[in-house]
Amino acid sequence: MAGKYEAGVKEYRQTYWAPDYVPLDSDILACFKIVPQPGVDREEAAAAVAAESSTGTWTTVWTDLLTDLDYYKGRAYRIEDVPGDDTAFYAFIAYPIDLFEEGSVVNVFTSLVGNVFGFKAVRALRLEDVRFPLHFVMTCNGPPHGIQVERDKMDKYGRPMLGCTIKPKLGLSAKNYGRAVYEGLRGGLDFTKDDENVNSQPFMRWRDRFLFVADAIHNAEAQTGERKGHYLNVTAPSPEEMYERAEFAKELRMPIVMHDFLTGGFCANTGLARWCRKNGLLLHIHRAMHAVIDRNPHHGIHFRVLTKALRLSGGDHLHTGTVVGKLEGDRASTLGWIDLLRESYVPEDRSRGIFFDQDWGSMPGAFAVASGGIHVWHMPSLVKIFGDDSVLQFGGGTLGHPWGNAAGAAANRVALEACVEARNRGVEIEKEGKTILTNAARHSPELKIALETWKEIKFEFDTVDKLDVQNR
Amino acid sequence: MADVQDYKQARRYETFSYLPPLSAEQTRAQIQYMIAQGWNPAVEHVEPDRAFTYYWYMWKLPMFGERNADVVLAEVEACRREYPNHSIRLIGYDNYTQSQGLSFVVHRGS
Repeated sequence: MAGKYEAGVKEYRQTYWAPDYVPLDSDILACFKIVPQPGVDREEAAAAVAAESSTGTWTTVWTDLLTDLDYYKGRAYRIEDVPGDDTAFYAFIAYPIDLFEEGSVVNVFTSLVGNVFGFKAVRALRLEDVRFPLHFVMTCNGPPHGIQVERDKMDKYGRPMLGCTIKPKLGLSAKNYGRAVYEGLRGGLDFTKDDENVNSQPFMRWRDRFLFVADAIHNAEAQTGERKGHYLNVTAPSPEEMYERAEFAKELRMPIVMHDFLTGGFCANTGLARWCRKNGLLLHIHRAMHAVIDRNPHHGIHFRVLTKALRLSGGDHLHTGTVVGKLEGDRASTLGWIDLLRESYVPEDRSRGIFFDQDWGSMPGAFAVASGGIHVWHMPSLVKIFGDDSVLQFGGGTLGHPWGNAAGAAANRVALEACVEARNRGVEIEKEGKTILTNAARHSPELKIALETWKEIKFEFDTVDKLDVQNR
Repeated sequence: MADVQDYKQARRYETFSYLPPLSAEQTRAQIQYMIAQGWNPAVEHVEPDRAFTYYWYMWKLPMFGERNADVVLAEVEACRREYPNHSIRLIGYDNYTQSQGLSFVVHRGS
């Protein structure tokens, strides 16, 4: 029996602050980092976020009494200090699973990171982590194939795969572009990649690109005896055009297509992932726009949440940063979201920024893709950090080789295999990196020149988005 | 342009085929790595012109639970004596991932 209806405004905490609540196994749990407005205390701010991201609005409404609000509401159930940051605190919020449509990452995000992010009572808000209960995970499609199936299809075992993004990013004709692809693949790469902003511009329409790339792949396979792929970017202005491009890639017997999951959107991404499973194509996922969302330590969505969302929505590869290259990425934090992408169970580990246990059940994992400003000297660190279930993508680090793409590709492949061979023998490859590469170069003039070319290039800038730790 | 070398195209065999052929000692180290990972060693072989196919001939059966690298090396040698012109590869079957933890060619056929 519900209480009497009283119009007006109540404090959020009266309804949405529940410190005694014990979350259910089936609840979706979220950890927000909140910077409240001056004068708003922590419990009220946390309760306000719980309310605005679930059932609440700013005033009492009579229709509240037509439902079991106690069942449907989100609850702020815990508050913690942020280590090393007095301006913010963590609020833990539990949402009943009934609030979300089955299999819909779109719906989860519309609630958790919807209106609440513009809410006046909080100055800044960041979604740090989300625990997706297995009950929800199992309603999602997930990666179209996953790591093991991709290894089997591509016939590549016991090592990271090698990729390369074709440059210049824009402006090549389709036939010249296919040449760059062919040279990279015949030199020893497993994959080449459309840059994210290659869609279907006037200088190179998608159909022409697909045709020349297909020729490059079929020839490179015949001449090397190895399986090859190129991430054909099917990101398009509309879903209809996206599927038209994917269908043509299938017709050309291409093994893999690619999509930009944030600019394309979760609706398109989930649809494409389902299409890929149905049609047997692998799906590479780029993450353009992520730094807009995830880089500010006080506002937005942490990349580990975007990683989980992508795994649920579907993709066989996801860009994760390189730690060592030209783009932002803290090592411990990166190791955390790589686990979230690949492992079947990931326990809470604050030293990696992981706030909840995450059980993926039988959902396959996806390959971590390291791409951006990396070259052959980074190879030992990359193999150590990323392990075998990764794609290491050298763009300029392949194409910028003084003898061209094929030599650049061969240099990277020799370096990769030398590192893996040494690692398996028990060598500390990060420590012994220089010796490993120098020895390997004795049998590979391509590697020798590459080592000389990129000797001094480093990207040592401080990370903007660090883990929250005391005394930083 | 005189400094630029032409890239010589060659047939390859996936993992470790861009390195010089592994010595017996290096091969033994890789087998020991497979065994340490809990993988099951296996030997496969094929006519060189069929190397692109997924399925090569199995040499006997995978050596389930074999802990001795010398036993595995002996099977590679036995396979090679029987099929001197075939390509031969070593596989570490990982039953936990239902995949192959490692696979590399130990003899490139002619």
